[in-house]
Amino acid sequence: MLARINAIALNTFREAIRHRILYLLLIFAVAMISFAQILSLVTVGSEEKIIKDFGLATIDIFGVLTAVFIGIGLVSREIERRTVYTLLAKPLHRFEFILGKFAGLALTLVVNTSVMTAWFFLVLLLKGMFDANLAAAVLLLYFQFLLITAIAVLFSCLSTPILASVMTLALYVIGHLLWSLDLLAVRLTATWGKAFCRVLYLVLPNLGTFDIKGEVVHGVPIDAARIAWAAAYLVLYGSAILGTACALFERKELQ
Amino acid sequence: MPVLELKDVHKSYRSHLSIRKHWVLRGLSLSIEPGEIFGFIGTNGAGKTTTIKLALGLIFPDAGSVTLFGQEGVPAEARRRVGFLPENPYLYDYLTGEEFLDFHARLFGIDAPTRRARVRELLGRVGLANRGDRQLRHYSKGMLQRIGLAQALINDPDLVILDEPMSGLDPIGRREVRDIILELKSRGRTIFFSTHILSDTEMICDRVGLLVRGSLKAVGRIDELVSRDIPYWEVALQGVKNGNLPCGQVVSRRDDRLLVRVESPADMHRILATLNGGGAQLVSVTPGRQSLEDLFIREARASAAVPAESPERHAR
Repeated sequence: MLARINAIALNTFREAIRHRILYLLLIFAVAMISFAQILSLVTVGSEEKIIKDFGLATIDIFGVLTAVFIGIGLVSREIERRTVYTLLAKPLHRFEFILGKFAGLALTLVVNTSVMTAWFFLVLLLKGMFDANLAAAVLLLYFQFLLITAIAVLFSCLSTPILASVMTLALYVIGHLLWSLDLLAVRLTATWGKAFCRVLYLVLPNLGTFDIKGEVVHGVPIDAARIAWAAAYLVLYGSAILGTACALFERKELQ
Repeated sequence: MPVLELKDVHKSYRSHLSIRKHWVLRGLSLSIEPGEIFGFIGTNGAGKTTTIKLALGLIFPDAGSVTLFGQEGVPAEARRRVGFLPENPYLYDYLTGEEFLDFHARLFGIDAPTRRARVRELLGRVGLANRGDRQLRHYSKGMLQRIGLAQALINDPDLVILDEPMSGLDPIGRREVRDIILELKSRGRTIFFSTHILSDTEMICDRVGLLVRGSLKAVGRIDELVSRDIPYWEVALQGVKNGNLPCGQVVSRRDDRLLVRVESPADMHRILATLNGGGAQLVSVTPGRQSLEDLFIREARASAAVPAESPERHAR
């Protein structure tokens, strides 16, 4: 089983690496991190905080864009191009195919994130602004990319790339605004209203779990428990999403 | 035990905007025996590709059962001994020929040294020995068909399913594919392929199945299906001075050679009787043979004349 998932993952990685959009995004990210230096000179505020904030935000945005734009096509493109027929005519379980595609993009994101992070850390090191907690921030950002990839894979099984990208990006935005549901629950008086908000809060992806940019930039110490909780949330929520994707793909008619 | 068996399979599709079902297969029952070459022919839209996808578990029947190597429902393990080439396969164009075959070989858990040897062997077998290091995006249509065929054989399968394998190939390519199919049969493999090219079917198939509008109209050995009766004789005559013959239809005339078609043995004897004393000679008598094409066209026309019925009355 692992050998087959591995084969699919490596093939997915190979396709992503040979995809031009990946290089475009990387070039932009590297450029933006470099731009942070210029920005810090023209804006009011601590140069160090601006560069760190901007750098982390760049890694965040470009990682999310990579996860979404490659993720949404992972399954749908194989179906559209009919390459999925030769694959699934092999002794390959459908869930192995889904997990392999996910693993391939996860590997691509490791490379992607590492390149952006290496450049970012180099810039900081040269300016003597490096802080080890930044590594924790990047790690949690990577967890976020994995969760978004899982969501993109789910939508890729369900619909066309365009719809899938809209829905995944929408969930990304919602995922960062879940604190507002909490506030709404407090303000509502009806019990069913409060209950509904609670349910939504649990069901929707809470991407704030992976966001420690603010704390790191302002030098607030990061608790190991916080990182452990983020990892646990990724595993639980991610498994639920991927499990749903596998279940849906199991009986999908490949016309 | 048949390698592949479909029992009373019904399959319908529903288009996105309509609630009406469109029936593609109506009560199809088919079994493929080990070691045979089975040709699956049919009109466009008859349901041949749908049947193949059902056989591989890519889609699922509305009713009836599909059993592959004795395993019903086509679980993943049943496909270990199968090789499949889809019609007009789109392949991973960023991979080279070798990478493509190696990837598919990994899915069978074949170890690295065996993979390397088999990839080399298969590239040679399909005539791509020197093209393995080029990306598939630079392959011609014929080359893509060949690499697709190589992929179908990567696991040395017992059952090879080919959907229009001759599509896009020139006559040399078609001959090579026919040779590969015959060679597979000589090693005891079973081949099930769909095609529009009836002459290929007549040349190599042990049995044939004719699918028209979702129903199997004829299945069996070609010589059983098409030689049930002799519809006509062709009589070649030489030295016929005048063209007056008591019966029959002149097919061709050149100098004093005449080719006449007669419908019955009685007519044939009447013509032969006129030869005596006329100076004419009999050159040959050949029974007309119905071809697979005649059967195909006859069944297709017969089916077109009957309105489509809902199979629900016949199901279960």
